[in-house]
Amino acid sequence: MTAVDEPPVAPAPDERPIGFGRMKRKEDPRFVRGKGRYVDDIHLPGMLHGAVLRSPFAHARIVSIDTSAAEAHPKVKAVITGETLAGLGLAWMPTLSMDTQAVLATDKVRFQGQEVAFVVAEDHYAARDAIELIDVEYEPLDPVVNARHALGPGAPVIRDDLEGRTDNHIFDWEAGDSAATDEVFARADVVVEQTMLYPRVHPAPLETCGAVASMDPVDGKLTLYSTTQAPHAHRTLYAMVAGIPEHKIRVVSPDIGGGFGNKVGIYPGYVCAVVGSIVTGRPVKWMEDRSENLMSTSFARDYHMTGEIAATRDGKILAVRVKVLADHGAFNSTAQPTKYPAGFFHIFTGSYDIEAAHCSVTGVYTNKAPGGVAYACSFRVTEAVYLIERMVDCLAAELDADPAELRMRNLLRPEQFPYENKTGWTYDSGDYPACLRKALDLAGYEELRKEQSEKRARGELMGIGLSFFTETVGAGPRKHMDILGLGMADGCELRVHPTGKAVVRLSVQTQGQGHETTFAQIVAEELGIPPEDIDVVHGDTDQTPFGLGTYGSRSTPVSGAAAAVVARKVRDKARIIAGAMLEVSPDDLEWTKGRWSVAGDPAITKTIQEIALAAHGSLELPDGVEGHLEATTVYNPPNLTYPFGAYVCVVDVDSGTGTVKVRRFIAVDDCGTRINPMIIEGQVHGGLADGVGMALMELISFDEDGNCLSGSFMDYLLPTALEVPAWELDHTVTPSPHHPIGAKGIGESATVGSPPAVVNAVLDAIGVRHADMPLTPSRVWQALHRGEVEAPQ
Amino acid sequence: MQVPASFDYQRAESVDEALELLRRYGEEARVVAGGHSLLPMMKLRLAAPEVLVDINDLHELDHIVLVGDELRVGALTRHRTLLESELVGRYFPIVHDAEKVIADPPVRNRGTIGGSLCQADPSEDLSAVCGALHAHAVIRGAGGERIVSMADFHQGPYETAVGVGEMLTEVRLPVLPGAGSAYEKVERKAGDWAVAAAGVALTLREGRIADAGVGLAAVGAGALNLHAVQTLLNGSEPSEALYEEAGRVASDSCSPVTDGRGSAEYKRHLAGELTRRALRRAVARAGRPIGSTAREA
Repeated sequence: MTAVDEPPVAPAPDERPIGFGRMKRKEDPRFVRGKGRYVDDIHLPGMLHGAVLRSPFAHARIVSIDTSAAEAHPKVKAVITGETLAGLGLAWMPTLSMDTQAVLATDKVRFQGQEVAFVVAEDHYAARDAIELIDVEYEPLDPVVNARHALGPGAPVIRDDLEGRTDNHIFDWEAGDSAATDEVFARADVVVEQTMLYPRVHPAPLETCGAVASMDPVDGKLTLYSTTQAPHAHRTLYAMVAGIPEHKIRVVSPDIGGGFGNKVGIYPGYVCAVVGSIVTGRPVKWMEDRSENLMSTSFARDYHMTGEIAATRDGKILAVRVKVLADHGAFNSTAQPTKYPAGFFHIFTGSYDIEAAHCSVTGVYTNKAPGGVAYACSFRVTEAVYLIERMVDCLAAELDADPAELRMRNLLRPEQFPYENKTGWTYDSGDYPACLRKALDLAGYEELRKEQSEKRARGELMGIGLSFFTETVGAGPRKHMDILGLGMADGCELRVHPTGKAVVRLSVQTQGQGHETTFAQIVAEELGIPPEDIDVVHGDTDQTPFGLGTYGSRSTPVSGAAAAVVARKVRDKARIIAGAMLEVSPDDLEWTKGRWSVAGDPAITKTIQEIALAAHGSLELPDGVEGHLEATTVYNPPNLTYPFGAYVCVVDVDSGTGTVKVRRFIAVDDCGTRINPMIIEGQVHGGLADGVGMALMELISFDEDGNCLSGSFMDYLLPTALEVPAWELDHTVTPSPHHPIGAKGIGESATVGSPPAVVNAVLDAIGVRHADMPLTPSRVWQALHRGEVEAPQ
Repeated sequence: MQVPASFDYQRAESVDEALELLRRYGEEARVVAGGHSLLPMMKLRLAAPEVLVDINDLHELDHIVLVGDELRVGALTRHRTLLESELVGRYFPIVHDAEKVIADPPVRNRGTIGGSLCQADPSEDLSAVCGALHAHAVIRGAGGERIVSMADFHQGPYETAVGVGEMLTEVRLPVLPGAGSAYEKVERKAGDWAVAAAGVALTLREGRIADAGVGLAAVGAGALNLHAVQTLLNGSEPSEALYEEAGRVASDSCSPVTDGRGSAEYKRHLAGELTRRALRRAVARAGRPIGSTAREA
């Protein structure tokens, strides 16, 4: 495959493509008018409000819980504790990684912010007041805060609830060929080793997590409005956990204010809201506050990595070896396909043609919040890309080589695709050198290096950082990938109404990605019905087919494919009906967008709208052809997709204060076929901003007692427009050969690819081989003046 | 959503009424103006006052006037008003330097100078600015007004000279001929509290520095007037060597602690670095005719 550029002239903003192209988002009129409908906007008759009492300790035994004062509060309707739940068999719930997690603590609390009790009251204020009336006696225990001490002798055992557990070890996992890798390392001219931490960060969606649970006491049906990226998977899990028949559960995910993986898992608060509704017979709303979201819900990363890279003296990369210590917090609730406890970390060979690779990952429990899926979910591709892109820069420093030349020399070549890497992935397509060349040209790389050396001569610090990333997204093939036994294939239903308008029903759930536009455009491209005539229904399990949800950049690779396939099924049926209408054999018809026409005589034609009406009318149909115009499908991806990109970051560092100014950021992305370039650019903008945030300021930190020090946006810093430059974007297009429309996904590319570019730029500026994120002014100054800075805590 | 504990709310219609309410409710009452520090603390339940006395209607406290050789700024003056005041910019460019980096526009639209000084957050910017400017605070109570220097006003983290039943009503900034001033701050992102910050105000008389004021933020208590640096500067001719020495003394004179914003060592370094930078700019501004600094970028 070769890279193909889109036409250089962007269509006018008011142009309405019938299919792919730049168009405004269909969902935005309601958002820009403030008319979005989020979980917290839902008010049901008689609704009560819940609040969670949380642990002040990172590790403590619960001696007693006295709820009497809270129960006596005049507005309190119920107080639920772990003991209450134990009576219902709901004190513990399964996690997405086959572990168990306390819904409300019964024996011990295992992280600060863990759920201890749930109060249901007439209003939110009363519920919040009443949790302060609950008297819990704790016996504090020594916490495990630093993952590097989790397996040490004498480390307190966090999960003594698990039978036979005598340490904090969760899993060991490896990929690649250890012996072959050792052999290559033994004969390499140059070996560079670097230890690095991808610190704990948080997805921090602006809408926090919450739910409104309504159990109908008459028909026994539970309706659960909740902030979920995966409504169908959640429904199945509630059925399995709570014993409520699956057909008696309706999960509705309304407008979602950002997810970034944070809303993949099931949180205790959701379960408490359900139990609260069962106990009181009334709907119960629970919305966590900002501190609860930051302190208790799914974090991201926390990977302690030691990488080694082997190369020849003249800069040919030969092999990569990695050891990882993964901090999973108090419960192993990371969301990964079952076979992959370290997610897709083994994509760490990156974009390079190497001889051998091996990684080993050890997961441990610590007294910190559980999770580990986000941001963006990416199934650990983010950590892998950071590792390899830092290691390549470390090698460049060791060899005194230019980082761009070193990358160009080692990139996979177009003719190597499909490419089997050394850890088990089959990369689908790419022209990596063209992409990197484009980014370097856009950046004016040679001139930047010249400017840098002039500035250095004047004592000014300027840095240029690169990254070239390859992702593996769109999980995934059913035979390899499932979550809790649920295969990662997605259903899709398409119905064309008699008047030629259509509705497409999907299992994935948008959190801001623009699904209502993108999926309409996919169907439009296949059927020739304008996107504005296609309604996209999602987020309601009673209205949509089964599928695993939106995370890991899987919506377009999986459900996008399903939408194209189902539209083609409808198109095929339309052909038969058009044949009947025109009294010709369907084989004699040919398709141009929006119509079937007689081959060689395009004047004899039927539009898709005419065909739809006939399909619902009295037209006599051929034997075996049912009326109406609709189809269903389940798409099981044959492989994952492999978006890639080349990023260049330019920074200026103030040597007196250590402050970093990101002056320019050039991003050339290849996500295969581009459905809506405007939406793609929006996704890239958001991901780049997040990457700058992670590289420079974001950190969930803890003190030595396990107190979380990042429980507000004053302490957990998100970048704003003032911290980021005007992005310079471009793209190449290398369609995925196995995807029906060649699309690869874009949702996480920039989040994955940008942190190493920013870090590489800062380190290039200050002339230090490695410093861990976040590169705050204090940490940059220390690295600059001491040559190193300790890992953040 | 974070929600505060229950509280009573009183909206004062005059300063005297506000003082009467504060006297009546004593320790349990808090004044609310912009509310940008108090309300978040109440929502986090770090503060739970029984009564809020709202002074947003006390327009007599919202003023910026030149009276003799003093600029008088009412306690209810919003950050935005200070930032937009040509008078403030002309005489006290340090205030505009600081206001540009205090929080964000929504906060500056509501937050007040009185609220900032009375909150007395150890990282707060205007306390260091007012310290450097040798400002005075006017405190009113049942017994009338008293005027205290900033050094006496600011008594430590979250503590001021304002007693129970009293209010800060005005801040008075001395207007001096030949003055120059500047504020330098390092923050982790726009709108963050200072990692460290330095304010310098001075006058130039016949080529020598006089009336020097050096105030630091976020580097420990007692840094609103660094006497050792001020003594060093007063009577000296400006030079890079002097700035170097002033920075060194400033570093030695503060007591920062390590926290999420940075290490103590780094903050101590910043105290010196930012003092040097602010000093350089203050001297440059002092060398210009009054008013020209207002047109700086």
